[in-house]
Amino acid sequence: MDNNKDSEKGIVLTEEQKRRRRARSIAIAVVLGALVLLFYVVTIVKLGPGVLRRPL
Amino acid sequence: MKHLISIKLADAAMAASGLTGRHSYRMTDIAADQNPETAVFAISEASVGDYVALMKPRVMSLVVFTALVGLMVAPSYLHPVLGFAALLCIAIGAGAAGALNMWFDADVDAVMSRTARRPIPAGRVLPREALAFGMTLAFGSVAVLGLVANWLAATLLAFTIFFYVAIYTMRLKRATPQNIVIGGAAGAFPPVIGWTAAEGTIGLEPVLMFLIIFFWTPPHFWALSLWRADDYARAGIPMLPVVAGYPETRRQILLYSMVLAPVGASPWLLGYSGPLYGVTAMVAGAVMIWLSFRIKVLGDADEGDRTAKRLFGVSILYLFVLFAVLLIDDRLGAPGRGLL
Repeated sequence: MDNNKDSEKGIVLTEEQKRRRRARSIAIAVVLGALVLLFYVVTIVKLGPGVLRRPL
Repeated sequence: MKHLISIKLADAAMAASGLTGRHSYRMTDIAADQNPETAVFAISEASVGDYVALMKPRVMSLVVFTALVGLMVAPSYLHPVLGFAALLCIAIGAGAAGALNMWFDADVDAVMSRTARRPIPAGRVLPREALAFGMTLAFGSVAVLGLVANWLAATLLAFTIFFYVAIYTMRLKRATPQNIVIGGAAGAFPPVIGWTAAEGTIGLEPVLMFLIIFFWTPPHFWALSLWRADDYARAGIPMLPVVAGYPETRRQILLYSMVLAPVGASPWLLGYSGPLYGVTAMVAGAVMIWLSFRIKVLGDADEGDRTAKRLFGVSILYLFVLFAVLLIDDRLGAPGRGLL
């Protein structure tokens, strides 16, 4: 009975695995945020005022 | 040790499609599998630091520095934001090459004491995770460099990654004692990429920077191999001391140092930099030749090993000082050029 309950729970992560997964998730979030900022600034620098000039 | 799980399916490809939701599995369908080669899923215990280590940050720092110098001594002006983005791409491209190198070399890394604690041989990152990480960084860095700077620089970066992974890591490293001589070209490209990112074309000056790193690589790595030869022999890597012996390696170190010294001074000899760089390059070149000569004379004596370690350390300083002074000399001689 207990075995069945365990298997229904699926794979249970250890505290260390959870901690490292959280650290990896935060790192990915930081990298993605930094890339968004970088692409935004690069776009402004490359296009300058031209970023507003487009055919309607 | 990682907790690895494989799905009982005929092939891994079908298992992978299960990830997309076309199949669902209960616990009874999966079984523990401790073999990283056959496991389909893994509960990763990799830290963020493991992924940073995959990018070989120490190698990356020299790549970034030499690329920065190449970018800044280029005559054309490049906006600092674009210059920063270009350097970031070159750094990430170098990191991609490092990750792909560790992916392919995990078997030899595991038997060498210097590399046994790397994330893959230590079991914290699966080879396929390193492969995916490296490929993502490689394509991302090349594409962004092309969009931010120009496609010639991006092509050079792509070629550098390809050369380091497919030519050096997969072929030369395990096949010939000339591995690091030819493979050294990969490490010599960053200042050329930096220059090209700013300039859009390749001139003689970045070629000279390429040649400095190219001729610097053999004495640098062979000095290391003199006291790591047992490691390389155990891993089956045909480094020069393993194949040709210690005396021949010492002779080659001296020969390459004698070529490196004038090549190091060539930007001054050809009029691209001033006397500050010229004097620095000649003094630094003389130190490299002197240490190489000492290694050759001392032979197998303990003092010879210590001198080899000293040459290894001094060679890193040599490259750093030469490029730093090249940059300073350029700033002093031609204010208003490049980034600043």
